[in-house]
Amino acid sequence: MSPSLTQGSQHRWLLTLLTLTVVLLSLAPSLRLLVEALSDLTQGGNAPLWRVLQSASTWRALSHSLYTSGLGMLIALTLGSLFAFVITLTDIRGKAWLVFCFMLPMMIPPQVTALSWLQLFGPASPLLKSIGMAPPLGSPQPLYSAEGIALLLGIQSAPLVFLALRTSLLSLPRELVEAARISGARQNQVWRHIVLPVTRSGLVAGSAMAFISSLGNFGIPAMLGIPAGYYVLPTLIYQRMASFGTGVLAEMAALSLLIGVLALAGVALQQHWMGRSRFGLVGHSGRAHDFSLGRFRALVTVLLVSVLLVILVAPLVALVVSSLVPAMGVPLNADTATLNAYHEVIGRQGATWRAMRNSFWLAGGAAVVLMLCSLPLAYRLQRLPARLQNLTLSIIELPYALPGVVLAIACILLFVRPLPIINVALYGTLGLIFVAYLARFLVVCLKPVSASLAQLDPSLEEAAQLAGAGPWRRLTTIVMPLIAPALFAGGLLVFLLAVNELTVSALLWSAGNETLGVLIFNLDEGGESVLASAVSVLVVLMVASLMLSLSLLAPRLPKGVVPWQG
Amino acid sequence: MAGLTLKQVTKQFGEHKAVDGLSLTVEPGEFVALLGPSGCGKTTMLRMLAGFEQVSAGEIHLGDTLLASAQHHVLPEQRNMAMVFQSYALWPHMSVADNVGYPLKLRGMRGAEYQRRVEQALALVALEPYAQRTPQDLSGGQRQRVALARCLVTNPSVVLLDEPLANLDRHLRASMEHSFADFHRRTGATMVYVTHDQSEAMALADRIAVMQAGKLVQWATPETLYREPRTSWVASFIGQGSQLMISNGAPGRRLGGHELMQGLTSPASQRNQPVLVRPEHIQVHPEAPSQQDLTARVERQTFRGERYELHLRMRDGETLLTYHSHALKEGQQVALTLLEGWCLEPDQ
Repeated sequence: MSPSLTQGSQHRWLLTLLTLTVVLLSLAPSLRLLVEALSDLTQGGNAPLWRVLQSASTWRALSHSLYTSGLGMLIALTLGSLFAFVITLTDIRGKAWLVFCFMLPMMIPPQVTALSWLQLFGPASPLLKSIGMAPPLGSPQPLYSAEGIALLLGIQSAPLVFLALRTSLLSLPRELVEAARISGARQNQVWRHIVLPVTRSGLVAGSAMAFISSLGNFGIPAMLGIPAGYYVLPTLIYQRMASFGTGVLAEMAALSLLIGVLALAGVALQQHWMGRSRFGLVGHSGRAHDFSLGRFRALVTVLLVSVLLVILVAPLVALVVSSLVPAMGVPLNADTATLNAYHEVIGRQGATWRAMRNSFWLAGGAAVVLMLCSLPLAYRLQRLPARLQNLTLSIIELPYALPGVVLAIACILLFVRPLPIINVALYGTLGLIFVAYLARFLVVCLKPVSASLAQLDPSLEEAAQLAGAGPWRRLTTIVMPLIAPALFAGGLLVFLLAVNELTVSALLWSAGNETLGVLIFNLDEGGESVLASAVSVLVVLMVASLMLSLSLLAPRLPKGVVPWQG
Repeated sequence: MAGLTLKQVTKQFGEHKAVDGLSLTVEPGEFVALLGPSGCGKTTMLRMLAGFEQVSAGEIHLGDTLLASAQHHVLPEQRNMAMVFQSYALWPHMSVADNVGYPLKLRGMRGAEYQRRVEQALALVALEPYAQRTPQDLSGGQRQRVALARCLVTNPSVVLLDEPLANLDRHLRASMEHSFADFHRRTGATMVYVTHDQSEAMALADRIAVMQAGKLVQWATPETLYREPRTSWVASFIGQGSQLMISNGAPGRRLGGHELMQGLTSPASQRNQPVLVRPEHIQVHPEAPSQQDLTARVERQTFRGERYELHLRMRDGETLLTYHSHALKEGQQVALTLLEGWCLEPDQ
């Protein structure tokens, strides 16, 4: 090989090595899980997989999972398509705010959503007490039920339907609608004959996403189901692990495999329909169509705002009210209002500070490490043949697509013994959660970077190359400054998701290593709803401000990086 | 400054040969155009010169140095070339001055010398007042000039231009053609210019390499290309003119008017030699033709300002294009005198 090739090939080899490492790390947990779940199949009826499949609790949890996720999906579909159609296609005002408020529930951690809704209903609700509408003591909390779980799952995943449908609607060229109008179609005919058929696949894909996301959700069924003894698959695994520890790992692996397969089937369905939604539409897309609402505009606006009041504002108000009362069941008024809970969580509770510190370190560390990896990784991926590139991306996406519980079990399996050679034990330390976060959130950081890189005119880099810049130089002085906003957005998204993460850490935490998500969950389980509410209010404030800062970045990012911006 | 030598350069994408055995020698300081319709392999050839594509076979030399062969590949950043891209490829995160100065920075130049060189380069394209703007603030023609300034700042041994005028409107093209010629005169750099527009190539280049389906069809000065195109295809690609079939002559021969008119009188079956007759080599006599004259009917005429363009049809159906000083009647019979013709190689 000629000497002039060495620098280029060194660069390429390092990046290829990084890509291979990342692919292996993404694949390792799933493979370990598969091995564990399928091991000992030769033992016949005694093998863990068979034992799990024969147990009645498995089938009960599975049917609960399917029921709550299915019902949740229907609710998400109703809410998501209402907002997507109205906001994307009509001339309603204040679109940006409506979108932001509608997307907020997706970003609020599930345990906080569950907690705030619990504060809204039931005999002890401080909000209902304060306005004198609380049901008599002893009446049941209506949310401790399958339908309660489904309702919250639906609200949490409605933004997914909204996003899929909105993408599909935005890619509908304006000319298609105009051609129908000029052919003599009235507004409602345009809807039935053009808009709905073209966007049907977006609807199906969005519903599939909502279903998968509900299936893997842990926070909501844990807070609403466990008190009622209503278990879905993720909470069943959690409860078993909490009671029996690592002794039941093999069976838990088998259970995880079951959810994993269900989730991946959903992903496959969604990908299939997303693929079909690419009609190869020609024309100017990306411009909103404005169907005139005419005299119905005020009515429709009122409808959307009242939906938002119910699904977002009311529970949040209940949460704030709960954080301001001295104890559950006490109505809020000028005499009772107190900031004691905030003093308690910030000032006295050592656990709160510790959990915040842990979560900030984990989320911040994961964001930084993933930002550092994403640029070279995306850069290398872009130079792979298309098939290989898609395969690699699917592998990297695997730990994110799998429900968090599955990843957590897989990580326990992988690290329950000390690492060979260096002899470091990760199990029971923050390190384990950190590794799991890296695997889970890599794709979140990688996607915006890849999208941004794909938009970059290759001649920008070629011009630098001809000017005499070597590969590292090009990466740092040309590519990185141009990709920086996307990289930063990716890091922020990772931070946003990781700092509130509950599902993975619920299974991986140990005393002294709790995260913010686990803290809220534990406080609520321990009956400290007021303290849990105070922490939750702080969390919501943090989420909203992070989302706002992402919105500020949005104009400098490729389309679709910031989910709630068109 | 150095010349370029291409020996049997071939680029294969799978089964398809994008460039097929291309050989030519570019003298130092020469302005060369690669001309051909889209998909003829000219851009691939340029990207091989730059080093963005590896050659499948053959060799590229710059002066005495081997740049590329099937086994050897000097990376683009080590070739000391510069390029004007079709999209200009100005870095949007740098100011105009930083864009121009980037190649100097890479060569470790700093301080007063750096400032002087950047200012000099910007002065050459008359863009000093825009030094601190970002490329997005500039018009198409100004961006083009920034890209040019960035090319010349390091005194590259070869400047490559990839259809640099394709994105500009007609008015701007003319003035940019002027500045390219000016740029070449002042710097004396060896320049390779890719285009599909024959008038652009004719106006700018010292020599033109005409490419068709990956192969070099003709390598000549613009005058030679116009006067003596090698094949029937080149003749139809460059300039205007009519191709007739005659019975005498041989490829590469110039026929006088008498010989040419004689060759046209034979029966159609004996006429199998294509000949190119440029419009300026046809004289039209509008007064009523006699029996002995070569005649044609005016089929269509187009007013072009300084003259009329006539489309004539001869008795045997062949068409001719010529110019005339004033309007004729459509359908009118005219007598013709052909002054000369150039015999072509038929296309395969």
